[in-house]
Amino acid sequence: MIAFENVGKTYPDGTTAVEDFSLEIASHEAVVLVGTSGSGKTTLLRMINRMVDPSRGRVAIDGEDVAGLDPVRLRRSIGYVMQASGLLPHRSVLDNVTTVPVLRGTSRREARSRALELLETVGLDPALARRYPSQLSGGQQQRVGVARALAADPNILLMDEPFGAVDPIVRADLQQEMLRIQKELHKTIVFVTHDIDEAFLLGDRVVLLRPGGVVAQQGTPQEILAAPADDFVRSFVGADRGTRTLHVEEIEGRRIVVDADGRAAGVLEPPAGGAARA
Amino acid sequence: MTQLLEALAWIADPTRWSGPGSIPVRLLEHLWYTLLGVGIAALVAIPVGLLVGHTRRGRGPVVALSGAARALPTLGLVTLFGLWLGIGLTAPVLAFVILAIPSLLAGAYSACEAVDPRTVDAARAQGMTEWQILTRVEVPLGLPLLIGGVRLAAVQVVATVMLASYIGNGGLGRFIFLGLNLSDYPQMLGGSILVVALALVIDLALRLVERLTAPRGAART
Repeated sequence: MIAFENVGKTYPDGTTAVEDFSLEIASHEAVVLVGTSGSGKTTLLRMINRMVDPSRGRVAIDGEDVAGLDPVRLRRSIGYVMQASGLLPHRSVLDNVTTVPVLRGTSRREARSRALELLETVGLDPALARRYPSQLSGGQQQRVGVARALAADPNILLMDEPFGAVDPIVRADLQQEMLRIQKELHKTIVFVTHDIDEAFLLGDRVVLLRPGGVVAQQGTPQEILAAPADDFVRSFVGADRGTRTLHVEEIEGRRIVVDADGRAAGVLEPPAGGAARA
Repeated sequence: MTQLLEALAWIADPTRWSGPGSIPVRLLEHLWYTLLGVGIAALVAIPVGLLVGHTRRGRGPVVALSGAARALPTLGLVTLFGLWLGIGLTAPVLAFVILAIPSLLAGAYSACEAVDPRTVDAARAQGMTEWQILTRVEVPLGLPLLIGGVRLAAVQVVATVMLASYIGNGGLGRFIFLGLNLSDYPQMLGGSILVVALALVIDLALRLVERLTAPRGAART
């Protein structure tokens, strides 16, 4: 479990990135922090692995204040995926993936065989292992970034807009891959994005942030869509946008879900086990 | 033209290529002084430069100091140190160390600074220690720039090492100063040509090293 207890961050130049933020993240839960730039979401994420130290309050993992932990050991125990992949350009894909296990003292041979498995887990051809990052596409680099984060088998995975820099088709692909991986591995994931659709897709729970790390609303995607707390949330989730206000139309005996512009979004299936009632 | 030919003839004279005080001996002395100057300077300047580049702190004072060091006339330094420390190798080598430090410092800190800050940030976030970031990320990626600094320093020093002979040491400068004193211009010019040739060879060799140390994978983007 990860707990933020009244954390705040004020930089030496006086700017306040986070005012006063509290949140508990259960083990094996995927929580998405979503907000525009300036919402402090990345700052909050980086407090978990001590890439940023809070000015006030504390961050605890399983009840232990991270401020008391050695930052290097802490970081080696937490997977971290960043936007620009952050791979080491002078090392092969395989060496990038084995970085953390080797730092932790795993033998190179063992780390390599595990790395090859991981490449498959993230949907990469192990034949790419000898390549250098610059020889891969953006999407492939992000997959390597995910494999690297998973390499030391961490309980916690931090993801900072990992799919922000790839094109929409690749992004959709990576998101599905992420869902599959999470179903398989059950990590505690803290995911940061400015894309509300991505947040709703990947998050068990979504935390919507206003500037300064103020929580506008948190809950499951369903809860937020069903009852947006205020106008800020309503406009952020696009509750009034055509694609989110759906209604049902009956066409040739089947019930079709249609958005506000009349575009078909899908077919409404009867609830499992029960007959449809009109 | 005649003088140049005479100088080349002076170099080509086989009697000058063996025995004490011959061209190979002076050449080796010259190289040795260069190595001493650049080597000692590197021991000081490269760690300091890497520290400045890695921490991004203290760049201002370091740039100011190396700017000031660059402005010092080496002949003046050799004379001054010679008066202090007496005839011998210590005085000129000290002057060469001061001459070499600015280029080495600049090469070392720019090697670190040239590395994408996001790459360094990612390495830190993976759990590398600061030492590991320096030795496994910044130095390998910035190595060509670091070697570039060594090359500049070596070329500057090799061209200046002839001043060592000015206060009684060996080196190719012996031919130049002897020629000057005896008005033996072919000898003087011959010595100069050898210094120029040596500088060119060192420059070329270190350029090759720069190219060989370019990190694989980083070139294609």
